[in-house]
Amino acid sequence: MTGILLLEQALNGLQFGLMLFLLASGLTLVFGIMDMINLAHGALYMVGAFFAAWLTALTGTFVGGVLLAIVLTAAVGMVLESTLLRTLYARDHLSQVLATFALILILNESVRMIWGSDLPLRAPAALAGPVELLPGLYYPSYRLLIIAVGLVLAVVLYLLVTRTRMGALVRAGASNREMALAMGVNIRRLYTAVFGLGAALCAVAGAMLGPLLAVQVGMGETILILAFVVIVIGGIGSIWGAFVGSLLVGFVDTMGRSLLPFLFREFLPPQWAAAAAPAVASILIYLLMAAVLFLRPQGLFAARS
Amino acid sequence: MTVREAPASPTGIARTWGWWLLAALAIAFPFVMQAMDEDFYISFASRLLIYGLAAVSLNLVLGFGGLVSFGHAAFVGIGAYTVGILIKEGMPNGWLGFALAMGISALFAAAIGAISLRTRGVYFIMITLAFAQMVYYLVNSVKAYGGDEGLNIPRRSDFGLGLDLKDDLSFYFFVLGLLALSLWLIHRMMHARFGRVILAIRDDEVRAAAIGYPVFRYQLILFTMAGALGGLAGALMVNQQNYVSPNLLHWTQSGLLMVMVILGGVGTLAGGLWGAIVLLTLEDVIAEYTVHWAFYVGWVLLAVVLFAPKGLGGLRWPGRRRSPPKRGGGR
Amino acid sequence: MRNRLMAGLIAGTLAALTAASPALAADKVKIGFVSTLSGPSAALGVDIRDAFMLAVKLNGGRLGGLPAEVTIVDDQFKPDVGKQAFERLVKRDKVDFMTGVVFSNIMLAGLPEAVGNNTFYLSPNAAPSPVAGKDCNPYFFAVSWPNDAYHEAAGQYATNQGVKSAFLMAPNYQAGKDSLAGFKRFYKGQVVAEVYTKLGELDYAAELAQIRAARPEVVYTFLPGGMGINFIKQFVAAGLNKSIKLIQPGFGTDQDVIRAVGDSMLGLFDAAHWGMDLDNAANKRFVAEFEKEYKRLPTVYASQGYDTAMLIDSAVRAVGGKIEDKDAVRRALKAARFDSVRGEFKFNTNQYPVQNYYLREIQKDAQGRLVNRIVGRPVFTAHGDAYVQDCPMR
Repeated sequence: MTGILLLEQALNGLQFGLMLFLLASGLTLVFGIMDMINLAHGALYMVGAFFAAWLTALTGTFVGGVLLAIVLTAAVGMVLESTLLRTLYARDHLSQVLATFALILILNESVRMIWGSDLPLRAPAALAGPVELLPGLYYPSYRLLIIAVGLVLAVVLYLLVTRTRMGALVRAGASNREMALAMGVNIRRLYTAVFGLGAALCAVAGAMLGPLLAVQVGMGETILILAFVVIVIGGIGSIWGAFVGSLLVGFVDTMGRSLLPFLFREFLPPQWAAAAAPAVASILIYLLMAAVLFLRPQGLFAARS
Repeated sequence: MTVREAPASPTGIARTWGWWLLAALAIAFPFVMQAMDEDFYISFASRLLIYGLAAVSLNLVLGFGGLVSFGHAAFVGIGAYTVGILIKEGMPNGWLGFALAMGISALFAAAIGAISLRTRGVYFIMITLAFAQMVYYLVNSVKAYGGDEGLNIPRRSDFGLGLDLKDDLSFYFFVLGLLALSLWLIHRMMHARFGRVILAIRDDEVRAAAIGYPVFRYQLILFTMAGALGGLAGALMVNQQNYVSPNLLHWTQSGLLMVMVILGGVGTLAGGLWGAIVLLTLEDVIAEYTVHWAFYVGWVLLAVVLFAPKGLGGLRWPGRRRSPPKRGGGR
Repeated sequence: MRNRLMAGLIAGTLAALTAASPALAADKVKIGFVSTLSGPSAALGVDIRDAFMLAVKLNGGRLGGLPAEVTIVDDQFKPDVGKQAFERLVKRDKVDFMTGVVFSNIMLAGLPEAVGNNTFYLSPNAAPSPVAGKDCNPYFFAVSWPNDAYHEAAGQYATNQGVKSAFLMAPNYQAGKDSLAGFKRFYKGQVVAEVYTKLGELDYAAELAQIRAARPEVVYTFLPGGMGINFIKQFVAAGLNKSIKLIQPGFGTDQDVIRAVGDSMLGLFDAAHWGMDLDNAANKRFVAEFEKEYKRLPTVYASQGYDTAMLIDSAVRAVGGKIEDKDAVRRALKAARFDSVRGEFKFNTNQYPVQNYYLREIQKDAQGRLVNRIVGRPVFTAHGDAYVQDCPMR
């Protein structure tokens, strides 16, 4: 096991964590401000990926397709929010879980009816090869792009939340909704805007990860659960918590998947080692989540007062 | 608000003759299918009843306990794998298998409950989800018993007494009998002191605690019982399919069980059963016409959540006294 | 394509529903076809289905003289969905033959439903080692090749080339395990690592990092469908194809992968039991008709689907349409008197094929398209499998 291997895996963990952050940040804002559990968040990620795949094929450019996909997904998100999801804010969590669960079914099948179960999405040809970061360390340039996009968006989000007026409203709403309302914040427009932002971030993640994974119906469910783990660990309503949580989960998951097999192969047959390693990595993540819930339920960086 | 108003009595059919009618229909059903040479539907009906039992077990915590447990599929799965592994290892004895299935599920439920029940509201939802996922990954990792390929078992459980579960008809009645027994036991329990206290806690936890009831202990016992019953459903499920896969423990399955409970009427005795029957039948019927059945089922579910939060059970019998709205929403 | 599936599904189920009682002598042959028709690996199931239906069409909508009624169901790459589909087709629709499944894990989940109800399962692809050996079953016939075979041939090729170090990778399920076991059976060099990935895994960043660190001469992977496509793309994106040779089993470099990956596949070697350029009448007709009908070149999966349909055709014809006589059908199936696109076709005692395996290389054909061409002498001739002695059938 060499330093190069570790470094490469660390970069992979960073890449995955940053994409997870894009999903988790939207989710935590919705949960923190509107107090709504939105299981359909992963479906928006899928919709974003499908839009990207469809539009890049239509327009012939990757960047154009992705940008259009972001806009369209944000629009879909805002429409959903202002029609359906708005009625759920006042309802109990169980109703929210069930309604958004139903929404997952509807969105999944709608996508399947429109585009089929999957669409191909290719990274731009210019990024098909590796970049030599250090002597001996070649890293795929497309993944570097993902890391760059993730970091840029993280900074932008940070600035948005801390330096703009809207960001101040968001923080106020996350920290104490009633007070914000009492202060005269136009809560409805804020909610729609927050939801649209969350949807847009989902679309970025979906479009970026599309070429690596597959753009297929149901891709949202796997990543959604991790996003929930992240926001629980990080603290509901906290962007900074989502950032730290995402990187933590991203690293543990990637390192676990790649390094634990080495350890396990010492005393288990290879098929068993290969099955046990990702399971242990996942169990670790959920153990961490359970521990946080038990010891510090508001999360590492609680936003709520 | 008094405990008496809580809807613990059998769904709307307050008179017993309703239940006897249903029992008669259930008993006649397989023979009718045989006469029509549609034997396949006997095994289909068994599957409906088993899912119904799983949903009924979830309703104990969800409906009667008022606790949104998002990890119930784990208990069903544990029960299924216990029996599956025993049969695979050459121990098909049903008494042993089923007892262990319920016992181990109960153990897991007690452990998970002991920790989870110290949290409330959305944290409870998340922590039950976390534990269920842990069990899911644990089961997924054990390559010796199939891992994510699943586990095929060569035969069904053996209970002796001349009962051959391989025969679909015998199996159907076996399931029906266990389901009826479970429903009856739950009915008795909810009308006894334990049940009343549970409902009191659900409707106003602070007041119940103030009166002096050990809330945590009652909830833990309820949670454990629900887990054990879920384990029983799992044991039946692996028998029905001769197969079990980690998919059974996935969080989407927990969601599905919750859907069944809501559809049928949360907080009613057999709501989960009706929900399971309606959902699975709907899925089957729509699937004949279009591969996009999930789309239509999604809309039905959405409609129920938005317009009929008491589920179909709440819609069916007009004139039935409505229970007062739950205070404080989900905890 | 979807319309045909719908039509088949609706027609099949309506027909099944209206069949109130079984006919005395069969007036049609009912076939249940379950396969992976959606998701990243759909191309495989689609190819088998298309080739199967092509054979039916070329026979005038009949197999063995009887009208063929094929009910097509998508298993969505999920064993439980596949198992339920099997149960429905066997128990409710009472089909005469089951077929179609691509992936071994799904096939193994559904197989008990078929054989437990005395229904033949003819596998156009999945042929795992347990069913070749101790779990062999008189109702199971493999029309493709034993799961290990391509890998054994690839291992032999690596040995012939004097390869010293190899990195092996496969998904963590029965066929994956079979594949690497098969490779190691005939590969005499050193195995640097044996890595099992999650079935359906599409992001190979972690594994590629391991490969780079291990620095092997050769990488051998068994990654069917979408998995292989993603791996090869990422392998090239990581720049590893410059220093490491990639050997593949025949389907890993087949038309579906070529369509998705492109020119970077030129010059890759693989092993298979069939090639488009095999010189026999049945194959020439198959390739020409397939290209004409579907406007694309067939993969090995297609060749297997076509052969399965032709085998059923020959068996039904041999028993004169009396398909209720299961023993007679079995004898007819075992005799396998049909013109296979792979040339000679013979079943071993365990009802798995005995056949040749060839080395193929990706080259450009006369029209500049990437195709697999058979090169050199066959790697194996009349090769069976390593498990036949464990099977009690004779």
